[in-house]
Amino acid sequence: MIDALNHLPRPRAGADQLAEAFSDLAPPLTARQAAVESARCLYCYDAPCVNACPSEIDIPSFIHRISDENLQGAAERILSANILGGSCARVCPTEILCQQACVRNNAQECAPVLIGQLQRYALDHAGFTEHPFQRSPASGKRIAVVGAGPAGLSCAHRLAMHGHDVVIFEAREKAGGLNEYGIARYKLVDDYAQREVEFLLGIGGIEIRHGQRLGANLSLGELHAQYDAVFLGLGLAAVRQLGLADEDAPGLLAATEYIRELRQADDLTQLPLADRCLVLGAGNTAIDMAVQMSCLGAREVNLVYRRGVSDMGATDHEQEIAKHNQVRLHTWARPEAVLLDDTGRVRGMRFARTQLVDGRLGDTGETFELAADAIFKAIGQRFDDASLADPLAAQLARDGERIQVDAHMQTSVPGIYAGGDCTALGQDLTVQAVQHGKLAAEAIHAQLMLNVEAA
Amino acid sequence: MADLSIEFAGIKAPNPFWLASAPPTDKAYNVVRAFEAGWGGVVWKTLGEDPAAVNVSSRYSAHFGANRQVQGINNIELITDRSLEINLREITQVKKDWPDRALIVSLMVPCIEESWKFILPLVEATGADGIELNFGCPHGMPERGMGAAVGQVPEYVEMVTRWCKTHCALPVIVKLTPNITDIRQSARAAHRGGADAVSLINTINSITSVDLDRMVAHPIVGDQSTHGGYCGSAVKPIALNMVAEIARDPETQGLPICGIGGIGTWRDAAEFIALGSGAVQVCTAAMLHGFRIVDDMKDGLARWMDQHGHRNLEAFRGLAVGHTTDWKYLDINYQSVAHIDQDACIGCGRCHIACEDTSHQAIASTLKADGTHAYSVIEAECVGCNLCQITCPVEGCIDMQAQDTGKPYMNWTQDPRNPYREAG
Ligand SMILES: Cc1cc2nc3c(=O)[nH]c(=O)nc-3n(C[C@H](O)[C@H](O)[C@H](O)COP(=O)(O)OP(=O)(O)OC[C@H]3O[C@@H](n4cnc5c(N)ncnc54)[C@H](O)[C@@H]3O)c2cc1C
Ligand SMILES: Cc1cc2nc3c(=O)[nH]c(=O)nc-3n(C[C@H](O)[C@H](O)[C@H](O)COP(=O)(O)O)c2cc1C
Ligand code: SF4
Ligand code: SF4
Ligand code: SF4
Repeated sequence: MIDALNHLPRPRAGADQLAEAFSDLAPPLTARQAAVESARCLYCYDAPCVNACPSEIDIPSFIHRISDENLQGAAERILSANILGGSCARVCPTEILCQQACVRNNAQECAPVLIGQLQRYALDHAGFTEHPFQRSPASGKRIAVVGAGPAGLSCAHRLAMHGHDVVIFEAREKAGGLNEYGIARYKLVDDYAQREVEFLLGIGGIEIRHGQRLGANLSLGELHAQYDAVFLGLGLAAVRQLGLADEDAPGLLAATEYIRELRQADDLTQLPLADRCLVLGAGNTAIDMAVQMSCLGAREVNLVYRRGVSDMGATDHEQEIAKHNQVRLHTWARPEAVLLDDTGRVRGMRFARTQLVDGRLGDTGETFELAADAIFKAIGQRFDDASLADPLAAQLARDGERIQVDAHMQTSVPGIYAGGDCTALGQDLTVQAVQHGKLAAEAIHAQLMLNVEAA
Repeated sequence: MADLSIEFAGIKAPNPFWLASAPPTDKAYNVVRAFEAGWGGVVWKTLGEDPAAVNVSSRYSAHFGANRQVQGINNIELITDRSLEINLREITQVKKDWPDRALIVSLMVPCIEESWKFILPLVEATGADGIELNFGCPHGMPERGMGAAVGQVPEYVEMVTRWCKTHCALPVIVKLTPNITDIRQSARAAHRGGADAVSLINTINSITSVDLDRMVAHPIVGDQSTHGGYCGSAVKPIALNMVAEIARDPETQGLPICGIGGIGTWRDAAEFIALGSGAVQVCTAAMLHGFRIVDDMKDGLARWMDQHGHRNLEAFRGLAVGHTTDWKYLDINYQSVAHIDQDACIGCGRCHIACEDTSHQAIASTLKADGTHAYSVIEAECVGCNLCQITCPVEGCIDMQAQDTGKPYMNWTQDPRNPYREAG
C-alpha cells in the first residue's frame, strides 16, 4: 500500500457501497436508447465530428451501421481507425472533441449526438468470435515498441496488421499504460483495460516483455541495432514538484500515485481515506483525484488552483462532475508551505493568495491555511529523462522536455519514432496517443516497404 | 371559428373527418367512442353476406422509419367477421342515438344482382345515411370474386353501381381500389353507373418486410404469409395524386370525392380538400393513436381556415386543382435556384454530397480554417431540382427562389426544341 498514507483511516462505507460509487460514470446505453440516439445522427458528409476526432473515426458511418442493426460492422468501422475505441469511448472528453463539433450541438438542434456512448455500445455488443482484422503476409521485419500504453499498443497492432513482428518492452507489470494505471476508476471500470489489451493482442505477432525499462535494463542503442525500427511510447512518467520544503512528508504525494493504487485495488475498503483532502491543480487529473476521494467517503475535498476558473484545464463537464461530488474549488491561491504536525505528518497547507498584475501572476500578500489529512499534487506530469540516458537516446532532439517528432512521428534519429504523451504533438489524451501510434506504424511500414523495394 | 360542417353527396355531417371502413368502425362500441370523441361520421366496417368472413391470426405488419415511426401498415384482414344481423342491429341503434353524424354502411357482396337486391333494403332500413361500395379490398376477397376484382374491371364497377342505384334510395359512394393503372377509368365507370360520389383510396397491395431468419414475409401466419393492403402515411402521395386525377378529369366533373389514404393531421386533410375532396376518411392514424386525434385535426383545420379567411370548407375546396396540370403545360421558362440561409445552416454537408453525387454539382464545399466546411450554391449550375432542400435537415434553411428570367410563359407544346410541338 502507499506508505506515505498508511496512517490514515479506511473508508467507512462497505464494499458494496464503494463498488456502487465507482461504477460507470456514464452507464451504457440500452438497445432502445442506442436506436433512438443513432437515428438522431444526420449522416453528415465531411462530418465535423470526424474532423474533431483525433483518431479520425468515420463516425457517421459507424452510427449509420448501428441504426442499421449492423453492430459488428459498426464496431469494425471504429476499430479500423482506433483499435482502442472501447476505452476511448469511455475516457474521451467528447465535450471538447467529437460531440463538441457535432452539427446537432448547434443551438437550434437541442443536443449533440452521444457519439462516445454509441461507440461504446457498438463495441460492447459487436460479439466478435474472432479478431476482426487479419495480418498481411509476414514481412520478416521486427519492430521494437517501448511502452505498452495506448500509443505503443496502437502502433504495435497496426504494425502487426501489416505483417511485421512486434516486441513491446514495458517497464510495468501490466500493459495498458494509463488506461490500466491512471484513468479514473469510474470511467474505465473493472478489468476493461486488460480485456481490451487481450483483444488487441488477438491479432497475433505481438509479444510483450514486462519489467523492461528503457534507461535501466534496456538501451535505445541496442534496440536500434537489433530491430528494423523502434517506436517510443513512454508517456509522462515523472511528476512535477512543488518546490517546497517537506514535500516528501507522509501525507503528501502525487495524485497519479494514489490513483494507480486505487485502480489496482481489489478491495476498496482497504484504501487510505483522506477525510479532509486537498488537491492541488486544475486539470482533469486533479478533478479525477478529488472526485475519487469524495467517492471513497471523504468529508471535505478542496481543490486549490493558483489561477482563475477560466484558466482551468479541466473541461466544463469535468468541473460539473466535481461540483456534483461536493468538491470545493478555491482559485487564485498558491501553495506556500506544507504544514506538519508534531509527528512530522501533513496537517494542512498554507496558501498565498494570487492575482494577475499586468498579465503576470503575483501574490496579493494575503495568506490562508487549509487543514488536510493528505495533500495530492496534480500539477502536471513530466517526461522522465532517465528513460533517455544511453548515448543514442541522448541524441534525440527534444521539443521542450519531450521528444521531438515530425508529422510522421519520426524523431531526429532515422528509424526511431515516438508518439503519445512523450511527444509535444497534440493533446495529452488517450485518443491522441492511439492516433500517434497508428500514424507512426503507417510511417514505419511505408519506410520499411520502401527499403524492401529498393533492395 | 370556421364552420367545418359539410354536406357531402347529400349526407350532412358536423365535420369532414370520417372514420374509414375498417377495425375502428367494426362495431357499436368503437363507433360510439368515435362519436364521443368528435368524429363527424363513420363508414361502418364492410358488411357481407352470411356466413361472416373468418380472419386469420397475426394480421398486420408495418413499414417503419427511424425510431420505429410507422410509415405504413399492411393488413390481411377481411371484411367484417360478425354476422349481418348483429351489425344491422347495432347500426340502427347507433344512428338513432347519433342522428347528427354521418353513418355510411360499407358493403361487399358477390357480383350477382340478387345478392345486392337482398342486402340493400336491409341496410336502408337501419336509417343509415348512405352506402359505400367496397371494390377495393386487395386480399382475400378478390379470390371470392369480390372487392378489388370487381374494382379492377370498369364494366363491373358500373354495373354494380347501377344495381345499387336501382335497388336503393340512399346515396351511393363507390370506393376505388388503387391497384389499377389509371384511376380515372374506375371513377368514370362509377360515374356512368350513377354513383353519387367516389371515395379513394383503398389499400395498396403490399409486403412490408421479410423475416430473414425464418425466411417468411410479415405478417406471419404459422410459417406462411401473404400480401396484404398498405395504408397509412406512406400512401398519402399516391392517394393525393389519384384524387387530383379524378378532380381534374372533365368526364367526372362535379363528382364528389371523399379523400382517403394516409391522413393523420389537419394539414393532410386540408391538402385532400384543396385537391377537391368534400370529405375525408381516416383509418391508420386512428389505429395508431386512438380516436382523440380528431380533436387536434378539427382544431388545427379550423384555425388554419380562420387565419386564411376561409369561412367554410367550400371556400377552399378544390383550389389546388386548377394548378395541377399535365407536364406538357408546365412553364419551361420558369427557373428557381437554391439559396442557403447561412445563419440557419448547421454544416452537415448533406446538400453538397447529394448534389455532387447525384444531381448537378451545384453546391460548393469550402474548407474553413477550423477544418469544417462551408456550403454555397453555384447558381449558374443549379437547375432548381429541390434535392438539396429535401435532404437538408433544417427546415427553411434552403429556400428555392424563383428567378426573374424575363422570359414569357412557354410550355413544351410551344417549345421550338420539341420536334412534335403544336404548330402556331
Ligand atoms: C490521472 C490521469 C487521468 C487521465 N484521464 C484521461 C481521460 O479521462 N481521458 C483521456 O483521454 N486521457 C486521460 N489522461 C491522459 C491519457 O491517459 C494519456 O494521454 C495516455 O495514456 C497517453 O498514452 P501513452 O501511450 O502516450 O502513455 P502512457 O499511457 O503513459 O503509457 C506509457 C507506457 O510506457 C511505459 N513506460 C514509461 N517509461 C518507460 C520506460 N523507460 N521503459 C519502458 N516502458 C516505459 C509505462 O509504464 C506505460 O505503460 C489521463 C492521464 C492521467 C495521468
Ligand atoms: C386493418 C384494416 C382493415 C380494413 N378493412 C377495410 C374494409 O373492410 N373495407 C374497406 O372498404 N376498407 C378497409 N380498409 C381500408 C381503409 O378503409 C382505408 O381505405 C385505408 O386504410 C387507407 O386509409 P388510411 O391511410 O387512413 O389508413 C382496411 C384497412 C385496415 C388497416
Ligand atoms: S456531426 Fe453529429 S449528426 Fe453529423 S455525422 Fe457527426 S454525429 Fe452524426
Ligand atoms: S475516439 Fe473519442 S473523440 Fe473519437 S469519436 Fe470516439 S469518443 Fe469521440
Ligand atoms: S443540408 Fe442544409 S444544414 Fe446541411 S450543409 Fe446543406 S444547407 Fe447546411
